[in-house]
Amino acid sequence: MSFNSTRLLRLCAAAAVGLCAMTAMAQETFKIGIVSFLSGQAAESFGIPAVNGAKVLINAFNKGQAPAPYNKIGIGGLQIEVVYVDEAGGATKQVQELRNLYERDKVDVVVGYVGSGDCLAVAPVAEELKKFLILYDCGTPRIFEENNFKYVFRTASHAAMDNVSMVRYLKARKIPVNVYSMINQDYAWGQDSRKDFMLSMANLYPNAKPAVDQLPKFGAGQYGTEISALMSQPADLIHSSLWGGDLQAFILQSGPRGMFKKSQVVLTAADHVLPGLGNKVPDGTIIGARGAYGLMAPPSPLNTWWWELYSKANNVYPVQAPYRMAQSLMGLKLAAEKAMQANKGQKPSMDQMMTALRGSEWMSPAGKIRMALGNGQQAIQDTAIGRTKWSEEKKLVMIEDIQYFDAECVNPPPSVKTEDWLKSGFAGAKCK
Amino acid sequence: MQLALTILVDGLSYASWLFIVALGLTLVFGVLKILNIAHGSFYALGAYAAASVVAWFSGSGASPSLSLLAMLLAAIAVAILTAPLTERGLLRFYYGRDEVLLVLVTYAMFLMMEDITKLIWGANPYYVSEPYALFGNIDIGRQSYVGYDLFLVVLAVVVGLAVWWGLNRTRAGKIVTAVIHSPEIASSMGIKVSRVYMVSFAVGIFLAALGGAFTAPMISVQPGVSVGVIIISFAVVIIGGLGSIEGAAIGAIIVGLARALAVHIMPVAELFSVYLVMALVLVFRPEGLFQRIQARKI
Repeated sequence: MSFNSTRLLRLCAAAAVGLCAMTAMAQETFKIGIVSFLSGQAAESFGIPAVNGAKVLINAFNKGQAPAPYNKIGIGGLQIEVVYVDEAGGATKQVQELRNLYERDKVDVVVGYVGSGDCLAVAPVAEELKKFLILYDCGTPRIFEENNFKYVFRTASHAAMDNVSMVRYLKARKIPVNVYSMINQDYAWGQDSRKDFMLSMANLYPNAKPAVDQLPKFGAGQYGTEISALMSQPADLIHSSLWGGDLQAFILQSGPRGMFKKSQVVLTAADHVLPGLGNKVPDGTIIGARGAYGLMAPPSPLNTWWWELYSKANNVYPVQAPYRMAQSLMGLKLAAEKAMQANKGQKPSMDQMMTALRGSEWMSPAGKIRMALGNGQQAIQDTAIGRTKWSEEKKLVMIEDIQYFDAECVNPPPSVKTEDWLKSGFAGAKCK
Repeated sequence: MQLALTILVDGLSYASWLFIVALGLTLVFGVLKILNIAHGSFYALGAYAAASVVAWFSGSGASPSLSLLAMLLAAIAVAILTAPLTERGLLRFYYGRDEVLLVLVTYAMFLMMEDITKLIWGANPYYVSEPYALFGNIDIGRQSYVGYDLFLVVLAVVVGLAVWWGLNRTRAGKIVTAVIHSPEIASSMGIKVSRVYMVSFAVGIFLAALGGAFTAPMISVQPGVSVGVIIISFAVVIIGGLGSIEGAAIGAIIVGLARALAVHIMPVAELFSVYLVMALVLVFRPEGLFQRIQARKI
């Protein structure tokens, strides 16, 4: 065998290049910007639980410890790297933060936003920048009903189903309602919820009349006067979409005054206050969770795994916000891996990932998520409503008498605006 | 008649905690000429401290009625631990500078304290609802009120009278009044103005913390509780006149009643009603209802 130094040199060079490429591959990551409230009034109920959920889930993804079909390491073998951003500070700040995430931090995708105002502000910016944005939590239907976005997705149902399912539950349980009162926060979320509830009531309880209609400001904290007003006029039912500290304060202040005994109280987004308030939550309160989340999640091996993963790390069971974060990250992971497969195992482009996510379906701990509305960019999902019952044995508020609603029963059909659908008497709804 | 009675009780109940907090704000402004944006943060500190102390009391098996004492001690502790540090350690370096600068400094304090409270107590909510049940329920007309709400009205009256008496009927109060009128002359008369500033600031902080501590049983104590209270407290002291105890009392009652009236009659105008009253007062009495017009020093 003759020694050929030139050939050896070439081999060495090729090996070096190969090693460099392997190192580069090894260092390549999938970078996600996660935006959620880390401070302020929405942090405790939504922002921080959602981020806690993201942390445990991404850790499990990166270690390849999630169950199938989420069992590939990271995203298609790429380690997931996360940049967390605080959503507090208003829409103007969020627009700048979003630009920073794309342009400075070079994230592959941004997953975020609890506040409807923030979602409405950042969605057009992502569109303008032609960057991939997934909204994981905010409820306003206006995102896709008033816009035709290409780069924006929402992986959770919008808020209409919360009130439709609540009224369907009342009707199914034959709860008599001749007069109802309401208390909702005076901003987009509260006003939309109020309108959706009234329109849903008009469909299924055409003779029921609204009485007291309270719209306290967000973060009011003191509800003594509103409670007096609500109790001054007899009502069969009191509806509220209050959440977080406002809902906690409302329950703490109205419970001892006997409001829950005089009227049937229905709370459309209340699951997240149950672990903290415990036996302060009156038995028999009808609640929703904005999805089949937490104690109302349908039993499945995936849900059991998620429940234990989150509970072990945070000493409390997961409620709606971490569930919505989980379903968002799971949908992203599957879409990115599908796109990666189509891209011969290479990291997919943004367009490839968006194509894979558009119109897709996946199983989450809360059941199946379907990107069925907004040209395949807005999700629908099943939901559940139930009644609270304090368990002295478990020292937990449990939920009983749970009814599940199919996504197509409580969400508008594609290409129909929520308000039009509600006014049409739920035309096209498919209920079992 | 029933509606009028309900509005009156609701209005006074709302005014009670608001007065306690606004009294601290107006006192600090009256003596130190500081518009303390961080006042709401001390309210939050009081609420958190009360939550922790009451939880500890309950855990130790102490009588529930002692929780009121525990809340008072929590407020005192907040004032003792934070007021000298804040006033001597930070604010005094800005005395004599533009008042706007002091407002900015207190705003920075507010932002920092929001994070500090979160670092100490975390983001999870705290509940101390045990004291809320101490006084049972009281029926007034056709409404059933929680006795604790009415207890707060009594507490507000007691606190207001105590501060008024302290300022108007004691030697220490006369010294404070002298410093308010002219720190330079008071200093030349041998009064330690810096000490008066520190003690007055501590009393102001104590009142904010007291408001927070005694509100804690009615609310969920969590990040963000400081924001709303400072805005509404400013409305109270602007209506009543900055630096006036009587003004804070009347301002709180006006705000409480205006809000209660709106909630019962026209709920959508709840916020509007408070700021409408404030705007009207500013139109006819720009210095507030109780602040005397002062000659400008040239």
